[in-house]
Amino acid sequence: MSKPSLLAVLVVAALWAVPAYAQVDLTGTWQRVGQNDNGASREPVDLLGMPFSPDGRAKALSYDIAALSATERQCQMYPPIYAIVGPFPLQFTMVPDPVTQKLLAWKIAGWGDRDETVIWMDGRPHPSKNAPHTHGGFTTGAWEGDTLTAVTTHAKLGDIKRHRGFSSDRATMTYRFNRHGDTLTVTGLLEDPVYLAEPYALTEVYRLTTNPNNFPLTACEPIEELPTLHEDPTLVPHYLPGKHPAMNEVTEHYNIPLEAVVGGPETMYPEYRKKLKDKYVMPPPCKDGCGRPPAPGQGRGQGQGLNQQGEPPAGGRGAGPAAGRGAPPPK
Amino acid sequence: MSRALVVVVASMLIAFGFARVDAQRGNPQPPRAPKAAAPIDLTGYWVSIVTQDWRWRMVTPRKGDYQGIPLTLAAAKVADTWDPAKDEAAGQQCKSYGAPALMSVPGRIHITWQDDNTLKVDADAGTQTRILRFGGAQTAANASTPRTWQGISEAQWLPARPNVPLQLRPMERTADTPPIRPTGGSLQVVTKNLRAGYLRKNGVPYSENAVMTEWWDLYKRPNGEEWLTITTQVEDPLYLRTARLVAPVFKKEADGSKWDPTPCSSTW
Repeated sequence: MSKPSLLAVLVVAALWAVPAYAQVDLTGTWQRVGQNDNGASREPVDLLGMPFSPDGRAKALSYDIAALSATERQCQMYPPIYAIVGPFPLQFTMVPDPVTQKLLAWKIAGWGDRDETVIWMDGRPHPSKNAPHTHGGFTTGAWEGDTLTAVTTHAKLGDIKRHRGFSSDRATMTYRFNRHGDTLTVTGLLEDPVYLAEPYALTEVYRLTTNPNNFPLTACEPIEELPTLHEDPTLVPHYLPGKHPAMNEVTEHYNIPLEAVVGGPETMYPEYRKKLKDKYVMPPPCKDGCGRPPAPGQGRGQGQGLNQQGEPPAGGRGAGPAAGRGAPPPK
Repeated sequence: MSRALVVVVASMLIAFGFARVDAQRGNPQPPRAPKAAAPIDLTGYWVSIVTQDWRWRMVTPRKGDYQGIPLTLAAAKVADTWDPAKDEAAGQQCKSYGAPALMSVPGRIHITWQDDNTLKVDADAGTQTRILRFGGAQTAANASTPRTWQGISEAQWLPARPNVPLQLRPMERTADTPPIRPTGGSLQVVTKNLRAGYLRKNGVPYSENAVMTEWWDLYKRPNGEEWLTITTQVEDPLYLRTARLVAPVFKKEADGSKWDPTPCSSTW
């Protein structure tokens, strides 16, 4: 063997000993544990701890959930953050390259109201900012050690935290997927130059399940929900500034000052408690929907384990606010 | 390239490669102390970001509000008798600052190395300190070891795994490809020997037999920000029907200028 050839062999041999990327198998159905209030607030105006900009707050407070009954909005899906705040499991599948069988992408199946997420792992770039935006957006991923980091752009405007504020079509959603045994933690950072003043951080924990109860993506067919909207197609249900009828519900129920209820970046930091200390009085004991455990032989209890059994929230999309979807539009 | 230089480069590469092979084959390597072997650097000041469960964390929630916690009937009976004034009078005002709850209490934490084998986590909320010991901390405890709010925590690094069996994306093995080694990892902490306390400020209990397992995951962003997610699992057959599982989030701060130690309080 010539000397240059020998050198080449030695170099290759040395590099061969270097381990490959760390990778973790995410395949399977991950059941949401759902022990936090990511998507569980009952009051229509509950922006507690959400770092909205003034524009984001104004947008949130103008929103009337009856807008979803407009024909053109009935099939509007939630933005990518709904993977974390939504009630359903994450169903991961691996998409191999058809020729090389290398990992091409991870796919998180869609639900009835959330588009599927395809996390491209082949190093392709994100499209031009002028490229079309979709409900699911465009997502690329990369391994950092055992952690999968995925970044989504090009999603359409959509409501976050189940009708409590919006992300714009300029938002960027970053996911961190950390698997520890059969536990998967997803940390999400939503950034939005339009509606958020600081990144909105949320987490959710999932358990790998062998008994999945999935809600596959299904076709959406608009129907006539509110005759008044069909009689006057120009009508868009909304609330004028300061006129949201549920503005004071959180304050009435929990004695939390309105200035905190409408969110803002300062409300998510510990020092904000000092502003609350002299204003907050503990409300009377909880009587209804308090999460009490079930008495023997009496089912599952009150609002407990929000989705641990994989069941959708009562009423599904739009459930919750008393003046929610289907309510008469504003006069 | 001179012959000498070729020989030197080749020797270095061979040595580098064989050293890695030795390590992978389990040949003895001198163990490194946990501090030196840390796959991630958790030290520094961190502020909790309260975007979740706000009305249960930022204010003392009303009595009887158990939403989200899979508590047992026995736990509800205990929680129904919660009396913060009584706790305060009995010197039990730190019951909601025990390890299973502390990382969810709004505040700042300061992480330092106490020595080569011990991480120290100071929390300004309640002025609490957690000691995370690597290697056999719980083995050393016995029945007479006093139970404390922070318990005994045994820590373990979980480094990123090289070459797991699932070869989803083999590296390109060509001579001009720079070496790629998995970086990062997690900290796993198991805490036992706890003094019974509250999972939530309004008296939702955990018992002294509760076991908490945490996974600390760091996230360094391209813009320089560092975020920390602490996945927290609390198991307590007496007071929890299933494990309590939450994942509070922290963001790193440049210094301790906002560090604000406050005493425990039952009412606020």
